[in-house]
Amino acid sequence: MINIPSTIKISFRALMVNKVRSALTMLGIIIGVSAVIAMLAVGTGASRKIAEQISSMGSNLLMVLPGATTSGGARMGAGTQPTLSMGDAEAIVKECPAVSEAAPVLNGVAQVIYGHQNWSTGVVGTTPGMLIVRDWPLAAGRSFTAQDVRSAAKVALLGQTVVDNLFGDEEPVGQIIRIKKVPFTVLGVLAAKGQTPNGQDQDDTIYIPVTTAQKRLFGTSFPGMVRIIMVQAKSTGDLGSAEEQVNNLLRQRHHIGQRQESDFTVRNLTQFMQAAEQSSKVMALLLGAIASVSLLVGGIGIMNIMLVSVTERTREIGIRMAIGAKTWDIRLQFILEALTLSLIGGITGIIIGVFGSSILSSLAGWPTVVSSSSILLAFGFSGVVGIFFGFYPAYKASLLEPIDALRYE
Amino acid sequence: MALLEVREVTKVYKLGDIELKALNNVSLNIERGEFAAIMGPSGSGKSTFMNILGCLDKPTNGHYMLEGINIGGLSRDELAGIRNKKIGFVFQGFNLLPRASAIENVELPMLYDGLPAKDRRQRAMAALRSMGLEGRENHRPNQLSGGQQQRVAIARALVNGAPIILADEPTGNLDTKTSSEIMGLLLKLNTESSITVILVTHESDIAAFSRRMIRFVDGRIVSNEEVTKS
Repeated sequence: MINIPSTIKISFRALMVNKVRSALTMLGIIIGVSAVIAMLAVGTGASRKIAEQISSMGSNLLMVLPGATTSGGARMGAGTQPTLSMGDAEAIVKECPAVSEAAPVLNGVAQVIYGHQNWSTGVVGTTPGMLIVRDWPLAAGRSFTAQDVRSAAKVALLGQTVVDNLFGDEEPVGQIIRIKKVPFTVLGVLAAKGQTPNGQDQDDTIYIPVTTAQKRLFGTSFPGMVRIIMVQAKSTGDLGSAEEQVNNLLRQRHHIGQRQESDFTVRNLTQFMQAAEQSSKVMALLLGAIASVSLLVGGIGIMNIMLVSVTERTREIGIRMAIGAKTWDIRLQFILEALTLSLIGGITGIIIGVFGSSILSSLAGWPTVVSSSSILLAFGFSGVVGIFFGFYPAYKASLLEPIDALRYE
Repeated sequence: MALLEVREVTKVYKLGDIELKALNNVSLNIERGEFAAIMGPSGSGKSTFMNILGCLDKPTNGHYMLEGINIGGLSRDELAGIRNKKIGFVFQGFNLLPRASAIENVELPMLYDGLPAKDRRQRAMAALRSMGLEGRENHRPNQLSGGQQQRVAIARALVNGAPIILADEPTGNLDTKTSSEIMGLLLKLNTESSITVILVTHESDIAAFSRRMIRFVDGRIVSNEEVTKS
């Protein structure tokens, strides 16, 4: 018959007798738990930031690059040979069932002028489908249309960084800018997106119709050719089949035989980014694991103090045994004492850890996220530490002979 | 059937190579309702005998039956149960928990018996009241006089309804006046509640309260006689 509430009261009182000692013993657990919380918060914050950046790139993305051709035995890098055409992009949308949208990209760097301001930025020739593929809404104005693409209209969508640098506080929509001295009407402004996982500013860009880019800005010796085709699969589950369908279609369109190597490369961007996210999660867990070593050290501290406590209180144990305390009454008393120490330490550690991570993010500018699962983990772990390291001293106490314990001075 | 039945009990302590016979072939019966004093010089084995009677220690040889139960065949936890329900201890040094209040000390045996908190409090209060300690229930042992502490200890011994009180030098730390008060209480318990009291002492004026005197010398009982009171 074990009376838990009374036993808890007994344990609590025993801890209050040696306040300084109890506090110092808890310190190990406090440091361990707060370190675990802070490390996990830093790690989770990092991986969440990466996840945000991934979703800012657009979801379920494939990228088709030209090249990877063999010329005279030397393999060229992907993108070195202009083999993709606007026709390829159109065919991908029409003929691949797993694909929802595709947009060609013909890009370059150009000097842009408005009034007295000028700015060098990346100019992307594409189709209206690009905004869908990149999941990129407009902040103002409207997009260019398929008709604008057909007629090679001199219209442009500006990224937020370009707007900031050229216009300042002025309203850009409807104004005329000059890209490589060619006048373009600003149709719309793209919503701010922030950085890519690689740290590139996605807002430092101008979108124009792909045909205009070919004719007016980046005319190449291969008319109708584009540098990249961005493809969006219908869902994450369709990414694999979309990749295969695009591959087969383009091989067919490019008349590539069975044994020949493709003259293009399909890259699964989303998978790549997810791998990056995954690795940052592993990093977070690793940091947490290292921090939990200090939790272990704290647990050993608890065991040490509990062993001292058992020796000091041998006579008390003897009195309790004489009066009728059974083996588990004694064990439970000391286990609960260790548990109380470790749980109070754990709760204090959680509070310090949560505050610590918010200080860390405001001082060092790291994104930190304290997840409820990390709090539960730390709390549960400190409880386990208490029971585990409390058991041996409790076991030792329960094995004392009542008569020896009673006579102990 | 006697309440306590000790049959040819021997207790041997091993101190290195030397074997010390603390009890040598002791047999004794104690009946329900007796008030017995065990006397003898230091080292005569009277405390060892008391520890065996209290199920705190086991004999090396021989049998000890309490209410017909063979104590030798019981486990640690079964012995703890016997001490809890059948035996109340009163020690020379009081042996109260120093950090617990009087009432918490008295509640302790009921705590280990698994009684609900409300019952514990009620019965502990009643026991303290019967010892004349009303109003002292929230005092710590160090806030009480020796006599009061010993009365708390007696309340603790009684509270679980134990039929036997084992008192090991209960007045050893008390002055003469307080000693006779405590002895008066034990005597009252014996006569009014027919609780069996077994007392260890080396003071003959304390032993004089009892109705039977058992003398130990060198681990043997040398005399066992009824005391006729004038």
